[in-house]
Amino acid sequence: MYRYNEIDRRLVRERVVQFRDQVRRHLAGELSADAFRPLRLQNGLYIERHGPMLRIAVPYGQLSSKQLRTLARIARTYDRGVGHFSTRHNLQLNWVRLDQAPDILAELAKVDMHAIQTSGACIRNVTTDPLAGVSPQEVADPRPWAEILRQWSTLHPEFAYLPRKFKVAFSGGPDDAANLRIHDLGLQLVRSAAGELGFRVLVGGGLGRTPILAKALRDFLPWRHLLTYTEAILRIFNLHGRRDKLHKARIKILVEALGVEEFARQVEAEWAQLKDGPATLTEAEASRVAAHFEAPEYETLPKLDAGFEFARRHDRQFAAWVAHNVHEHRVPGYVAVTLSLKAPGRAPGDATSEQMEAAADLAERFGFAEIRTTQTQNLLLPDVMKRDLFNLWQLARNAGLATPGAGLINDIVACPGGDYCSLALARSIPLAQAIQQRFAGIAVQQDIGALRLNISGCMNACGHHHVGSIGVLGVDKHGAEFYQITLGGATGLEAALGKVIGPAVAAADVPGVIERLVDNYRLCRRPRERFIDTLQRVGPESFQAAAYGNTPTIEREAANG
Amino acid sequence: MAKIIKNREIVADDWKTLTLAANETAETVRLPFGPVLVPLAVWRARKSDLIHREWEHGHALGIWLGPRDDPADIAAELDDFSVVAVHFPLASDGRGYSIATLLRSRYGYRGELRAFGAVGHDQIHYLQRVGFDSYVVDAPERAVAGLDDFSESYQAAANQPLPLFRRRGAVA
Repeated sequence: MYRYNEIDRRLVRERVVQFRDQVRRHLAGELSADAFRPLRLQNGLYIERHGPMLRIAVPYGQLSSKQLRTLARIARTYDRGVGHFSTRHNLQLNWVRLDQAPDILAELAKVDMHAIQTSGACIRNVTTDPLAGVSPQEVADPRPWAEILRQWSTLHPEFAYLPRKFKVAFSGGPDDAANLRIHDLGLQLVRSAAGELGFRVLVGGGLGRTPILAKALRDFLPWRHLLTYTEAILRIFNLHGRRDKLHKARIKILVEALGVEEFARQVEAEWAQLKDGPATLTEAEASRVAAHFEAPEYETLPKLDAGFEFARRHDRQFAAWVAHNVHEHRVPGYVAVTLSLKAPGRAPGDATSEQMEAAADLAERFGFAEIRTTQTQNLLLPDVMKRDLFNLWQLARNAGLATPGAGLINDIVACPGGDYCSLALARSIPLAQAIQQRFAGIAVQQDIGALRLNISGCMNACGHHHVGSIGVLGVDKHGAEFYQITLGGATGLEAALGKVIGPAVAAADVPGVIERLVDNYRLCRRPRERFIDTLQRVGPESFQAAAYGNTPTIEREAANG
Repeated sequence: MAKIIKNREIVADDWKTLTLAANETAETVRLPFGPVLVPLAVWRARKSDLIHREWEHGHALGIWLGPRDDPADIAAELDDFSVVAVHFPLASDGRGYSIATLLRSRYGYRGELRAFGAVGHDQIHYLQRVGFDSYVVDAPERAVAGLDDFSESYQAAANQPLPLFRRRGAVA
């Protein structure tokens, strides 16, 4: 992983000094709440229901065990011993004190971490596929490019006061586990016909009040031009993006208003002025950064491990965990492992300090001391030997990190909701728990199969409800909590936005509605057909009818035929 | 006389900033005595008038741009101004940073570039990076410290044409 040099460290330390002075002036009354607001946001500090929330950046989801231990200690010292992993790799602390925020940032700086630009109308933390560098599908490792973009966007003087936030994601290959199409800017690594490495560029995606999937802006951008082309996009956005209404200010609205062809024309015209200029990347810089992401010293192992195969055949619980929480690796004998943060009865994405330390222990013992944070709010160990899996599973289980069923219905993605967030209209956490109870048991979840369930407490869509197979959105109906249900969202290659099925329902009715939707799928599905495939084939009508308790209109025979 | 930050010093400043009131027009507004920053509309309407004032009467001439103004409109005339100023109606309106970048890096403006409006201590480091060299701010004696908030930068910008990775290469 990337190791800071003296300049990287100095910038982060200088940022802490700058913010400490801003907090001091604010508390002394020299800096008004309004003037302080954008400054604290660009340091990850929100003012929430219980007080300030601090969002710590985990660039492209990569952590060392030492960094994770520091996060555990910070959560214990400055919070209540728990942190919330968000859908954008970051860690949120919900109970910090404003006057202690600079101290937390100083602690983070000691392990080369920060909260720079984790909020505010600026370029946010760069995200990628949690399997970056180990995925057998990838064209190239996206992490060096994500780091190059992280450095370029960090403290960028021209783009700190954009019309609205700007989220960039990199994907290493065609499978798009980074969900490029829900980002303001998506960069997919591709090779040209001549074998040159570059990016397919997507622009104008985003969820929130007006969900839109990103559109292709350019089919091939040679890697050298990554920064100049990004600069051109951001300058057009900064100068021409709407600033009159907050919810019209994302780049997606500008792209829609101009049409992607006209937007592309403006970007190309701007880029013509920058192309081949000093910001053009050099071979030396690309190799310097790539050297930080060289593969660890893997052992030469057979593809099969007898001990692992034996354990899998003889321990059904282990086998159930392996089936969904263990992922293919490009190196024989190795796998990547999801450490679940979806234990029943716990808020999705929450980890206690003890769990963070346990994950750090596991990473040190089994996985080159490296941990990833994922868009599905779990942790992941990217490099584990198959022969260590059984041992790892037992230890992970003791730490409450081995809930099986990653990617299944109970692997719920949810924002912190109204229990913490002052924007939320509804409480996503108790709802997630009620749904998880309804589908308790791995056998039930396995029978339902691949299904993404996403819950957002409000229109801002931090729980990505639009891209859930089933999405749940908190809305306010005359002061009462209600939930709108969407169906048919998907991520990655097949990205799609879910559609609302009908009137919003009361909180108590949501688990029942979801159960009836799932039952309808089970009724209609063909062998090996996933939830979203069935939905696509039979259409939403029978699901709508089932959801609201009517008799399904689809005939069983027809469905099974 | 007002104090501003200019080239990192606190200096007295006698420039007047002309703004058009609702009942005034660019064609008829009265020009104040002495050095004046005029809005783009006044420059367009009164070019010969303004140049005459400068040449015949020695009243230095400057222009100010708002966030909606396109600096390309004055790119060919930049030599006519002693000062180009950019107005920030809100601290959160970042268009002026791109306008300054274009004036310096694309249109080659070398004269005084001034930021005024909702900017202060906490903005002037970035303002300096995109090419401003004078700042109309509250309490300039204290705000000037903000210029030195950071001692290094990753990106190329108007005040540093090479990104860090190219300078690193040169040192190594």
